[in-house]
Formats: sequence, C-alpha cells, structure tokens
Amino acid sequence: MKRSIAPIFWLLFGAGGMLAALFGPALVIMTGIAIPTGVGLSPTVMDYSHAMAFGRHPAGKLVLLTVIALFAWHGAERIYLTLKDMHLGSKLTLAWFSYGSAGAVTLATTAALLAIGF
Amino acid sequence: MRQSYQRPIDPHWWAKSPYLGYTLREATGIAVAAYALVLLAGVICLATGENAYRGWLGFLASRWSLALHATILIGMLFHVWTWFAIMPKTMPRLVIGGRYVEPRLITATGIAIASLASLLLLLIVIRVSQ
Repeated sequence: MKRSIAPIFWLLFGAGGMLAALFGPALVIMTGIAIPTGVGLSPTVMDYSHAMAFGRHPAGKLVLLTVIALFAWHGAERIYLTLKDMHLGSKLTLAWFSYGSAGAVTLATTAALLAIGF
Repeated sequence: MRQSYQRPIDPHWWAKSPYLGYTLREATGIAVAAYALVLLAGVICLATGENAYRGWLGFLASRWSLALHATILIGMLFHVWTWFAIMPKTMPRLVIGGRYVEPRLITATGIAIASLASLLLLLIVIRVSQ
C-alpha cells in the first residue's frame, strides 16, 4: 500500500490550530490593536529597535517562524479541504495552491529571519 | 464515454443550513492565515530596513488594518470556541477514575485553558514592557 503524506499536513494543521487557540486572540489584540493604537500597550513595544532586537535573538526568530509558519499551514489545510468540498478545482490543483502557499510563507519567513541577521 | 449517474448537488450547499456552521468554522482558517501574512509582511519589512518597517507600522495604525484585525480577532475567537467544541470528537475518549469525561467538560476545560493562556501572555507582555 502506498503511504500517504496526509498525516504530515494534519500534524501541522493540529499544531497551528492549538497554537492559534491558545495564543491567537492575545497576539492579534497585541500586535494588531493595542500596540498600533497605544491602548494598554505602548507603540514603542514594537518600534524598530525593539523589533530588531527580537528578530535578531534566536528565541525571537523561533517564535516568529513557529507562529507564522504554523498559522499558515493551519489555514492552508482548512482552505484546501473547504475548496475541495466546494469542487472548485482538481484535488491536485487545490493541494498545490494551498500547501504551496503555506510552503512559500515558511520559506519567505525563514529567508527574512536569516536576512535580519543575528 | 460512460454516463454514470451523478446525484445533483446544489452548488451553494456550503452557504445553507446545516452546512453553514461547518463553512464558517473552516473560514476561521482564512483569519488565521491572514494574520500569518500580516506578520510575514512585518518580518520582511524588518529585514528590508527601518523605513520599510516604519511603513508597516504605519499600515498597522491605519483604519483598514484596525478593521482587518478586528475581523481577524472575531475569527480567532470563533476558532477557539469551535476548536475545543470539536475536541471531544477528535481525541480518544478520556477516562478519569473509571468514568468517561463528559464532552462538554472537555470543551469547557479547553476554552478555560485557552482564555488563561491568552490572558497570561497579555499580562506578561504588559508587565515586561513597563
């Protein structure tokens, strides 16, 4: 029997889903609402020097890559399954579109984090 | 060509009951992925330079971004709820003290832990940033 690679996508989907369930709301409130408006948190928390220090630190890099990549893979799995159920294309096309996008996001994040330097 | 019978399917089934709930739950994946893209844009701008990064911060402070993040937040909260609502069906049956744990208890515990985790993260960041 041919082995399926689907479990890999399920694992990424599950890990991203759990991460989003535990910390997603707090992250969105922080980076998307509180810091930009200065309500509850100062805008300086995410200014260039602080962001650079965070992005240069190996732990900061790990946090950024984990959050961005796992969220992307989680979303990709849901989008793939829904588009497949809607019959909006062949399974192969939809898989390449969704998993391909998540893969591109992962690569782009890795490249940008390396470009930021240590 | 073989003409096999194809059961007619309403092309808009996903927008109707009882499938609408499923569609909305799956749509939270768009919110989660959109947030990943916003962060990715930030990391790329950070790697590009100070001006690019300031541009990204400027976008975050715009009305468009605030509306986008409010929408993402609603999706994220719906994700938290549905994620733990499904959990009793996706995990093996939990037995504590020789009795099956009620699905509703698993859901409630999950949501409580998630609320605590998000709250703790917020408090830690507020504390550290002061």
